[in-house]
Amino acid sequence: MGIDRFVDEQLHPERIDDSAVTSRLAEMTTLRLSSRDIARQFEEPLMEARRERRRADAAAGNVTPGDANDQPKPVDPALQQQANRPVVEMSEQKVLRAIYSPRQLQEVLTDFWFNHFNVDERKGPVRFMLTEYERDAIRPHVLGKFRDLLGATAKSPAMLFYLDNWMSADPNGPHPEMGRPSARGPFGPRRPMPVAPRPQNANAPRGLNENYGRELMELHTLGVDGGYTQHDVTEVARAFTGWTIEQPRQGGGYRFEARLHDPGKKVVLGHTIDAGGVRDGEQVLDLLARHPATARFIATKLVRRFVSDAPPESLVDRAAARFQKTDGDLREVMRTILTSPEFLATEAYRAKVKTPFEFVVSAARTSSADIDDARLLVRTIQQLGMPLYQCQPPTGYKDTADAWVNTGALVGRMNFALALANGRMAPHVPADPQALSDILLGGDVSASTQATIAKAGNPSQMMALTLGSPEFQRR
Amino acid sequence: MLSRRVFLKNGSCALVSLGFAPSFLARTASAQGRQGGSTRAKQLIAIFQRGAVDGLNMIVPYADGEYYRARPSIAIARPGADSGAIDLDGFFGLNPRLRPLKPFWDSRALAIVHACGSPDATRSHFDAQDYMESATPGVKGTSDGWLNRYLQARRSEQASPFRAVSLTPQLPRALSGTAPALAMSQLAQFGIRGGAANEASFEAQYAAAADRILNGTGRDAFDAMKMLKSADPAKYQPENGADYPRSPFGQALQQIAQLAKADVGLEIAFAELGGWDTHVNQGAAQGQLATRLDDFARGLAALVTDLGSRMADIVVLTMSEFGRAVSENGNRGTDHGHGNAMLAMGGGIRGGRVYGTWPGLAVDRRYDRRDLAVTTDFRDVFGEIVVRHMGVVNPGPIFPGYATSAGRFPGLFA
Repeated sequence: MGIDRFVDEQLHPERIDDSAVTSRLAEMTTLRLSSRDIARQFEEPLMEARRERRRADAAAGNVTPGDANDQPKPVDPALQQQANRPVVEMSEQKVLRAIYSPRQLQEVLTDFWFNHFNVDERKGPVRFMLTEYERDAIRPHVLGKFRDLLGATAKSPAMLFYLDNWMSADPNGPHPEMGRPSARGPFGPRRPMPVAPRPQNANAPRGLNENYGRELMELHTLGVDGGYTQHDVTEVARAFTGWTIEQPRQGGGYRFEARLHDPGKKVVLGHTIDAGGVRDGEQVLDLLARHPATARFIATKLVRRFVSDAPPESLVDRAAARFQKTDGDLREVMRTILTSPEFLATEAYRAKVKTPFEFVVSAARTSSADIDDARLLVRTIQQLGMPLYQCQPPTGYKDTADAWVNTGALVGRMNFALALANGRMAPHVPADPQALSDILLGGDVSASTQATIAKAGNPSQMMALTLGSPEFQRR
Repeated sequence: MLSRRVFLKNGSCALVSLGFAPSFLARTASAQGRQGGSTRAKQLIAIFQRGAVDGLNMIVPYADGEYYRARPSIAIARPGADSGAIDLDGFFGLNPRLRPLKPFWDSRALAIVHACGSPDATRSHFDAQDYMESATPGVKGTSDGWLNRYLQARRSEQASPFRAVSLTPQLPRALSGTAPALAMSQLAQFGIRGGAANEASFEAQYAAAADRILNGTGRDAFDAMKMLKSADPAKYQPENGADYPRSPFGQALQQIAQLAKADVGLEIAFAELGGWDTHVNQGAAQGQLATRLDDFARGLAALVTDLGSRMADIVVLTMSEFGRAVSENGNRGTDHGHGNAMLAMGGGIRGGRVYGTWPGLAVDRRYDRRDLAVTTDFRDVFGEIVVRHMGVVNPGPIFPGYATSAGRFPGLFA
């Protein structure tokens, strides 16, 4: 298949048969559940057990002193494990899709855009919003319009919670709801504030929260040098007041709460935002999605991911121009990048050091291992410093070599190569001589790497020395 | 830069006795030579109490009358009473389970900063740890941690791979960033687990790699493995009668001491311990919190004892994301609060004193009328250590968005 046809096919993942990987995921039933169902089935039993224990502890009086290793008693480990299942299945599906899905571009882009709109599953209820977030807010839009992707993340409970916008309110509110003076929830009149998960703190901060407003511009759209000011941050935050979550602890969805919304006029990047209500935030998203700084920022990040840590200016220019011309059509931006001479240039070959995720996945593919249970691979990726869905800062993981090349991680990579080749990651790993020779013949391999592999005593060792080699750490 | 061969010839430090000299150690030695004077780099051992330790029951303000009114069932009794606090200065006392630290207070090796914390109001563990480790309270987009920015501020192509080591399964946020830092649960696990032949083959591959980044890092990795093998972690014997607890925390500290003594170029070490989130039945002189404090204090005491005279070049600093509410809750526990206490030991620290302005525990003196107010920004403690102990001249890039200045330092150093 010619490169153009391959690119065209990858740009239309819906035309590629994906049944091989979907059958591998069939038993992971949480992947198809809503946040609400995940909360109900996996969180609620654990919460109930914790409440029960708290009641019992409080009734029992002082705990008896223990030795130095005495930790508070955990609730039933089986319940805890059950509650972890949705995140575990998400991690496994990410690895299995990356290894086995023929829709390679879609998988790479889902990883890229999740990382761009990063959330950390360890923050409060995000762990049971994660499945829906990737499946419904990210994946469907990675080859669509940037504005749709941006809008889907802005209204996702995962992002609303992770960057605190769900609790951001006009400090001068709450306001009476216009036209609906007696708005009622399902259980009577609504309280003046959303149902806040403030289990211990009656005085948790209320008022304007700028986190989302800041990261929306710095990380999601304009970039840190995108020309906005602290004043713009505050104005954007005001525009998004009232974008909240219906019952976050129960996996509820997005809700616009007019009484928390700041009704005043806002000025963002010199543009007046005065549409009122939910339209304020929508207009800000329109403005940011179409801003030239956004086109450039997104183009730079994509070129850095697909071509080189030092993105060639010429290609960034063309990708940014395409972004603007097509109103942020990500399929067209990707076409520009993937069919560019820069992408195919010899300088781009092995220009990138693989991230731990990329390394583990590419090693598994090369070894032709039949990975049925991906949990060991998930753990390896974590040990190599890149725990899936657990990147704490909203910046996401870095996409440059300096973040991933250090002595500890390198030793970890060599050990993983040995473990995989010796069958300790999957029941049986047949060494694939074709894959080996592709690596050996497919590019510049040092005489030393060739010599050590040639001296290997058996196919497993050959495989280990190939996957752990310096050459294999790059793509 | 000295080559390995030159270094071997000059053989200027203890490594000769090990029969080999890793190349990065040669660089470390030469780098230290350039600093002049001191033969050893200054070191910082940072310890994170994850989960928000109750600072008011750790360093007890027993002379603040509000303390006993607010905590009828969990207060630590006054000094002199049964299981009472150990008096420090007539106002504060140590939780009795911190007794192992008292000798260091008496010898002025231990200082305390109280009512210390973040200007940010969050009571979320997640966000508050994030802010403390990035040292940018209220700003989430900071991609790296403050300890990593320290490493970056002194970035050197010649740095030892053991320059920054966290004895944790994952690299903590505080050490994450573009400067290399190692995370490992056990020193002994740092090696190729497939026999000598594989190790030799990989070493040959990386030694010959034309790839500059992978070549350099690879060589450092194999040097580091040999170094650790020579140091033989399994046979380590603590000195000066130090007795580490058998807990994970105690074992982490013991390995930090081992690295510090091995002269492998360690500058930053990190350890952590959890179990501080005492919402229910936290106990007083006995119970949950006391049990955690016992491990904490015995670990710290063993570490400082073991390091002995080396402590002149080392500061040990403890931190926790926020303190706990002044008043106990309905479950004989404490809920998430604000200000907290940090412990600092070693180096040139003027110990035997509690630093910071005490805001008082009366309701109208509290933060949000419920928590200990913050009178010392935690960045001023970090900043003072970075400047006065580690010798950084311009701490600005380590604390972006914050004007650290000597005027704000708590004054831990003479």
